[in-house]
Amino acid sequence: MTARPTSRRGLFRAAGLGAVAGLVPAAARAAEPALRGTGDLGLVVERATGSLLLVETTGRSVLARIEGLGDMSHASLVFDRTERFAFVFGRDGGLTKVDLLTASIVKRVVQGGNAIGGAISDDGRLVAVSNYTPGGVRVFDAETLEMVADVPALDRRGAPSKTVGLVDLPFRTFAWSLLDGDEIWIGDFADPRAPKLTKHPDIGRLPYDGVATSDGRWYVAGLFGEDALTRLDLWTAGAKPEKVLTGYGKGEQPLPVYKMPHMEGWGAAGDLLLIPAVGRHEVLAVDRDTFREVGRIPVHGQPVFCVARPDGRQVWVNYAHPKNDTVEVIDVPSLKVVHRFVPGPAVLHLEFTPRGHEVWISVRDRDRIDVHETRTFAKIAEIAAKSPSGIFFTPRAHRLGV
Amino acid sequence: MTRHIFPALPAALAIAALLVATPISAARSEPDAATRTRLTHLLVQDCGSCHGLTLQGGLGKPLLPENVSDRSAEVLAEIILDGIPGTPMPPWKGLITPAEALFIAETLKKGLPQ
Repeated sequence: MTARPTSRRGLFRAAGLGAVAGLVPAAARAAEPALRGTGDLGLVVERATGSLLLVETTGRSVLARIEGLGDMSHASLVFDRTERFAFVFGRDGGLTKVDLLTASIVKRVVQGGNAIGGAISDDGRLVAVSNYTPGGVRVFDAETLEMVADVPALDRRGAPSKTVGLVDLPFRTFAWSLLDGDEIWIGDFADPRAPKLTKHPDIGRLPYDGVATSDGRWYVAGLFGEDALTRLDLWTAGAKPEKVLTGYGKGEQPLPVYKMPHMEGWGAAGDLLLIPAVGRHEVLAVDRDTFREVGRIPVHGQPVFCVARPDGRQVWVNYAHPKNDTVEVIDVPSLKVVHRFVPGPAVLHLEFTPRGHEVWISVRDRDRIDVHETRTFAKIAEIAAKSPSGIFFTPRAHRLGV
Repeated sequence: MTRHIFPALPAALAIAALLVATPISAARSEPDAATRTRLTHLLVQDCGSCHGLTLQGGLGKPLLPENVSDRSAEVLAEIILDGIPGTPMPPWKGLITPAEALFIAETLKKGLPQ
């Protein structure tokens, strides 16, 4: 702690918690900054302008715009365990550390040519980034953004692969999939200079994304090239990947897929997982333990995100182009669509408030975020944003496998 | 040998060429301004969700002018309309017309407007 603060940043440090500069009127900035917590903060990706909106969900307002983040198409981010810092993964390979309290960029490095997401270790020390070019996973010190490990994705034939589905697992471990190589890798970075890798080949054709269940037991890869998913038991030493939901399309001709589904935010609801079916207008309901199908729900289009309200009672679904103007709500006990509405063209993402009383929805082509109450479904606020895509609230900091 | 996500490209192109009933070249009629805006938006946002907003590549290949210089606009339009079987590249013919596909292909050849 600085004994005699000489700068604004110093003041924040001295204050212990600091404050969001954007919150404080300019005239008041010279005075003591207001203290605040970060548990109701979030960041919204403005993908066309390379910026982030810093938002708060209590008053549903924008606190600041943070600019200079590069190509933010498909950008995602994670929060550190203090819920003060975010690590933003840009399409252009940029890794940017953002301070929510000062609404500013702390540090930015361009770590690869073409990135597709990342994860943070459970102890908050390591940030891993998944890359398309050059394919592989790079691991960085969360404090300094120095690279501490570089793990190229060369499959068992020695061919380079894009990496997808990177998630954090307990004890400084990450898991990811090799899109072109059809493999799942588990990397234990307890000693980041000497990572221990476990490679699982031949997991099925073209894994396009992966997710870990919230208990950290299962890593599940969605397959684009096969009518199945692959899951790996992380609690059983020596376990091999196993195909599940094989033939869920039952020989039907899949529809053209205009947007790959996402597995992040998978509707984990009680004993069920609700999963987007690839190339079908269906959501699959699957038993969480056996991964047997227990039902399928006909929906409006090809699902992209199936996001469970935190209590698991509802799952909200958005859709691929050309049906991406619509959102539907599935009631989990009855596995029926109970509500459908049309926010506008290009609904890209949904994020619930921490206990699920409200949901924020990005409507890209209306340059708007809509906030809905989740009991009555009523829209209660609209927030202007430039071409918004991903919405991320700080309680993600404490969720495993995102 | 480098494994490729689009292994069947030449075969797919040959099939695509056979499948297109109306020759693409016959579809050449410049879309109006509103359609051009809509198609450019589609290219940036929806093609961009796999190929990158700046078309520098992602899940899908990069589509900058230098990446597509070895193919004619007509061939690119056929790929757009028919997709590439066995890969994530879908056929867009249910959503756009041959003339619109050709406009997108020509935009790829020229590069996105700044």
